[in-house]
Amino acid sequence: MGKRNYLKLLWLSLIVLTAPLFIKGDYYLSVLVFMGINSLVVMGLSLLMGYAGQISLGHAAFYGIGAYATGILTTQYHFSIYSAFLIGIALSVIVAVIIGIPALRLKGHYLAVATLGIGEIVYIIFNELMELTGGPSGLSNIPIFHIGGIPFNTSFRMYYLVWPVVILLLWFSLNIIHSRVGRALRAMHGSEVAANAMGVNLSVLKIHIFILSAIYASIAGSLYAHFVTFVAPSNFGLMVSVLFLMMGVIGGIQNIWGSIVGAVLLTALPESLRVFQEYDILVYGAILLAILLFMPEGLLEGTPRLIKKATSRRKG
Amino acid sequence: MACLLSVKNLGKAFGGLMAIYDLSFDVSTGQIKALIGPNGAGKTTLFNLITGVYPISQGQILFEGKKVNNLPPYLIANLGVSRTFQTVELFGNMTVLENVMVGRHTRTGSGMISCGFRMPWMKKEENEIYTESMRILALGSLDAKADMPSASLPLGEQKILEVLRALATKPKLILLDEPAAGLNESETLKMCDLFYAIRESGVTILLIEQNAKAALQIAAYGYVLETGSIVLEGPAQQLLKDPKVQHAYLGK
Repeated sequence: MGKRNYLKLLWLSLIVLTAPLFIKGDYYLSVLVFMGINSLVVMGLSLLMGYAGQISLGHAAFYGIGAYATGILTTQYHFSIYSAFLIGIALSVIVAVIIGIPALRLKGHYLAVATLGIGEIVYIIFNELMELTGGPSGLSNIPIFHIGGIPFNTSFRMYYLVWPVVILLLWFSLNIIHSRVGRALRAMHGSEVAANAMGVNLSVLKIHIFILSAIYASIAGSLYAHFVTFVAPSNFGLMVSVLFLMMGVIGGIQNIWGSIVGAVLLTALPESLRVFQEYDILVYGAILLAILLFMPEGLLEGTPRLIKKATSRRKG
Repeated sequence: MACLLSVKNLGKAFGGLMAIYDLSFDVSTGQIKALIGPNGAGKTTLFNLITGVYPISQGQILFEGKKVNNLPPYLIANLGVSRTFQTVELFGNMTVLENVMVGRHTRTGSGMISCGFRMPWMKKEENEIYTESMRILALGSLDAKADMPSASLPLGEQKILEVLRALATKPKLILLDEPAAGLNESETLKMCDLFYAIRESGVTILLIEQNAKAALQIAAYGYVLETGSIVLEGPAQQLLKDPKVQHAYLGK
């Protein structure tokens, strides 16, 4: 990746490092933590959908698998958080492989419907496996993180755990994007037949990127579980998958930075939409509609384009 | 001369329609051969069979003496057969340079993890990909436009870029599907220069053209394909003089 991306990464790190100086209070910091957690999921979605062109409407399933795996293993089987974390990732990889091999043979709308179905199946499993998951009433008393004897018991501390993970995975993603693999992903998005003729093994590449995005979601889920210390199936339903997708689309899913912008904005939005009470879903819909109509490339790339257009019109 | 590609009694049926029927021919290393024929003769179908896009119904395809029947396209590319497409199939979402860099995919091997962590060997490979791709772009005088989106090039340059992308896979045989279709005079000349440069570098060319005259001027040997079979073949100069070819394809 070029110098510009390293510079941007440096800027983001500086912002992340200093943000808690300006944003005070446990509540606001917890919103920042959720922004980071959501960013992780949406980054994975961006690689999968924006770069590789494969739709997933069931990503909350992997988010949930990560959350439940570490939640169950630490509360009921007394695993250490580290090993539970890794087992959660391994489990997501296994599920991604099992689901991905048949589902990724599908294209476009069919893949969307298949992943939507998978998301629902996983959601139902969370509900029905009462002994393990606690059913609809959820799983509580999940322990918080302890790293080197330091408990991550406040939003402030969790913030400094979650966001470095975001930056690390963003660096990892950018490296992939600006590499042989990233070019193959975008080539596949551009023309499958041509990519195949250039020697790209499409099915293997699709599975790889699906697994990677599942790992991102799983990491996010584990962080969520040990931050909130409580998980319930409703945290991982269809609406959550759609919300992740909206974050991507609003920020700009074809650009990994856009996914972070989208996650940050849409995590902050419900907090600022409290005044609308239950009508907030209408506001969501209106925002999505406006973005799709006026800047289909998302806010990150669309805003500068619209500003440029507006200023040039005034001049001309 | 070593036989590079050998097609034996090839047949392809789409339902009840025989698109290719009992087709046999050989291509030797270092040749430029042309396939001419009208729309629907099965020219593009033939390319799709050789490159593994469609499964074949009958017969055999041998590449360097090895049976390549029904191998997936990416493996055939790896063996050293590359191609262009009749309707341009560039990666329109990528730059000119990136398109050629994708061509290097099959000759490089860094996986997701070594790319993600930017391992030293991956960086070395990445440099090689860049240098080689820029060298190839220069062959078609597109190096000055390396950072432009490929979709913004005029058609002639898009077609040249497709040939360059195919060349980046370091093929032994390159299949060109109507490379000159839609090009103006000067673009066609540029394209021809590129063909000769490719042949000089030791790559064998098999090309399809509807424009029989242009094709037979470039190629040394030609086949006339009609309704899935070869009806006429011979050295290009001889075909150009053939009354049947003149009547059907050269408008005399």
